[in-house]
Parts: sequence; C-alpha cells; structure tokens
Amino acid sequence: MQKEELIQHLSVCVEKGKADRATPTPPEMKDKEGAKEITRKLLEMDTPPEEILNQGLIPGMKRIGDLYGQGKAFVPHLLLAARAMNEAITLLKPYFEAGTVERKGTFIIGTVQGDLHDIGKNLVKAIVEGSGWEVVDLGTDVNTEGFLKALEEHPNAAVGLSALITTTMVNMEEIVKKIKEKYPEKKVLIGGAPVTQDYCDKIGADFFSLYPQEAAEYLNSLI
Amino acid sequence: MRTIKEKLKKNEVLVSDGAWGTFIHQKGLGSDECPESWNLTHPDDIYDVALSYVKAGSDMILTNSFGASPFKLAPYGLSDKTYEINKAASGISRRAARNDVIVLGSVGPTGKLLMMGDVTEKELFDGFSEQIKGLTVGGCDAVLIETMSDMDEARIAIRAAKSVTQKEVMCTFTFTLTPAGEYRTMMGASPAESVQMLLEEGVDVLGANCGNGTAGMIEIVRQIREVNREIPVLVHANAGMPELKDGESVFPETPSEMSSQIRDLILAGANIVGGCCGTTPGHIASIVKVVKG
Repeated sequence: MQKEELIQHLSVCVEKGKADRATPTPPEMKDKEGAKEITRKLLEMDTPPEEILNQGLIPGMKRIGDLYGQGKAFVPHLLLAARAMNEAITLLKPYFEAGTVERKGTFIIGTVQGDLHDIGKNLVKAIVEGSGWEVVDLGTDVNTEGFLKALEEHPNAAVGLSALITTTMVNMEEIVKKIKEKYPEKKVLIGGAPVTQDYCDKIGADFFSLYPQEAAEYLNSLI
Repeated sequence: MRTIKEKLKKNEVLVSDGAWGTFIHQKGLGSDECPESWNLTHPDDIYDVALSYVKAGSDMILTNSFGASPFKLAPYGLSDKTYEINKAASGISRRAARNDVIVLGSVGPTGKLLMMGDVTEKELFDGFSEQIKGLTVGGCDAVLIETMSDMDEARIAIRAAKSVTQKEVMCTFTFTLTPAGEYRTMMGASPAESVQMLLEEGVDVLGANCGNGTAGMIEIVRQIREVNREIPVLVHANAGMPELKDGESVFPETPSEMSSQIRDLILAGANIVGGCCGTTPGHIASIVKVVKG
C-alpha cells in the first residue's frame, strides 16, 4: 500500500476501533492489521509523525465523534476508537517528547470532588486527545487544589470539569471561581449529564456541550 | 411469601416509591460520603426515608443499596463490607415495610466497563452475587437490577441473582432520546433489544427508570409492549427533566403535574409505576391517588 493509502486506512482503523491485529472487531477487519501495525509501518517508511497525527488519527476520531454527536454511535464505539488511537499515540510519543511534533495545546481534565464517575470524562479526553491536544487526566474526585496544582504545572492549559450527579455538579461552581480568581483569562469547559448551558453561564464557565466533539471544536477555535 | 406476580393478580397497577439519594443528602449526607455506608452509621435516617414512602402509599419500596456493589464501595474502602451493608439496607426497608409492603433490593450498575477490560465477567458475577446475598438475607422480597446500560453487565447481574436466590428478579434499563430521535441506552441498546435479552434471561418484571420524565417513558413503554404484551412492566420516571433554579439543578414537575400523566403511562402498558430522580413522597402520594382512585 502507498503511504497515502495507509494513512487513510489508519484513520478508518481509529474510527472503527481496530486497535491491533488481535482486535476482533469490526468483523470485516478480523485478523487484519490495526492502528498499531499501520502506524509502525508508516514510521518505518519515514512518514512525518505530524502527517500520521493530522491525516490519520485526527480525522478518524473526528468521524466517530461526529457520529456520536448525531446519535449514530455510542459509548462503546468511542471507547474502542480511543483505544485504537492510543495504540498509535504510544508509538508517536517519542516524537511528541522530542518536540518533533507539536500538539495544539494542553487540556487538563478531571471529574470534580465527590464524584467518582469517569466514563463521560474519558470520552471527552479521548476526543480532545484525538483532536491533536495533549491531555492531562487528573482522574476522579478532584478538588480545587488539584486543578490549581495542575495549572501551575501547565500554565497554558485549558481546563475541563466533569460531573454526573446533581449533588456533585454544584462543586463545579467553587472550582471555576477559584480558577478564574487566579487565572481570569483561563478557559474552563464543563460537562456531564446534569449540566446545562444555564448552569454554565451562571457559574461563569466558558463552554458547555452535550457532545465531546463540540468541546474539541471549541478548544480548536481558541488557537 | 409476598410476590409481585401475586399482588398484580389482585391489582391491575401497583405503585412503587420515589427518589432516595436526594432525600439522604437532605438529611446531611456529604457529597464525599458513601450513601450506602449510612445503612450502618445512620440507620434511623434511612428508615425515615423508607417509612415516608410506606406512608405515602407505596405498594413496594426499594433499599438504600443502589451503589452497594463491591466495585462502587471500593473507593470508600468499604468493599469488604458489601454483604453487611446490603443486609442492613434490606433490613431497614423490611422494618419500614412491615408485612404489607414489598421490598425490592436495589442493585445499580458498577461503573466498570466489561468491554474495556475494567473487570472480568467472573469478577462482576461474584460481586453482584455477594451484594444480592446480603440483600436477600436482609429480608427483601425481590431483586431490582436498575439503571442498566450495558446488556452484558445486566445479564451477569441477573444470572448472579438467580444463582443466589429464588426470589423474583426484575431489571430496568435507562434510555435517553438520541439526537437521531431514538431511545437508546448509553451503550447503544434499544428498548426492544433489552426486552428480548431480559425475556431470554427469564426476569419476572422488566422496564425503564431514570433518564426521562413521564412523557418520554410513555413512548418507551409503547416500544416495550410492541415486543411483549404479557410481562409486567415497571417504570420509575424522573420528575421531568432537570432545570436550573437558584443555582441548583432541580427536577421541575410537581406531584400533580407528574401524576396527571400516569394514566397515559398505564394505558401504554405500565403495571408498576413510581419515581426516580426528583420525586418525593408527595409525588408518590399523588400517583397513589390516581391509581387507586
């Protein structure tokens, strides 16, 4: 296969969640190469890692993210796509670290204090990462100090807060307040089942969406 | 023995209970605390919640054990107390229910994803078995596996229940309306697909809870009834869809607004009606009035 064809194929592997040869799904790709093998092959062909990221991984994640936003793909599809993407990202990591490939920016994400749910957070993480950002995942039950500490380490990052329950969503207000006190220009994105645009406006956060792909698009618009 | 099937023979429609979580928070549970730990530390407060639904006229009440699987208890360092916490949960509701009201042992999802390898099938099975053992020994009359999204997880929970108890097993899924205009669980299962699986697994009652107000549930019950007309259907709807009020997310429907839609829900084919998020003993009392005249 030619390089262009391979990159195209890589984007399909990401979209369909074909992580490696051993991944049993989708059935039509059974026993065939997955994101891992194809990325390795592309690197061996001296393909610029940037091309692999921008023309392979990002379009694949965007397609599945859009399908999710349209109600035509569901959580398992996104998670499988994320797994496939991560196989490729792992191989690209040395190039990120050496500075050969620039990512769009850094995004800090965590589920807020009192809340242990991480599925929604992980979906946003995957889509944003798959959109070309470096993601710093603080995990669940993260308090104000946790977010502020991460911001000290990554002063140029944008921040995302997640919550699944109405009783923990209220903790977002304090976290957003404290972040904005210290970094008035800092962009804060919020999301989760009980969150609404009204709530986002009220607590002074910058962005809310029901769909992870829109978070990635918002972040891209900041560049 | 109190069984739902028997009760349904005498009454066309039964009324279940309403929300517990918000109620327990009002009693002082902190957002960092494990709600189910209160079965051991604040049994009187939990008893109050259970009793308030008995007094509202519920034919059946749940137990404070939704998140009492070892997986959900683990972050609080309580997974080794799974059996004890569930037994206490059932015991408290049993005490409030006396002999007349049915107690449903509540079992919620684990938050672990089988497909991502977070847990193995065996770990899930063993965890659910431990939880349900505690619930049945504590005195519940039936097991309610609720708010499920993943068909595989639900199937394992049902099989675990059937392996440890002869009591009736019920299972409900949570569907939301997708941007494509279809009802699906978070994992992509439709009402029809879930019914098919639940019938194969031989549940005694199936249905839907959370994710919707009564209006959405009416459509979901219609879709369930297209697949099967006989099996009893349970619905726990939210008090509408959450709205922001004074900085807090609230469920907007008043008891009378909610109960005014109950007749349509029953006409669509629901046999057991109750409430989920945002519903109170007031909502249940209002539903009881509609159902029992």
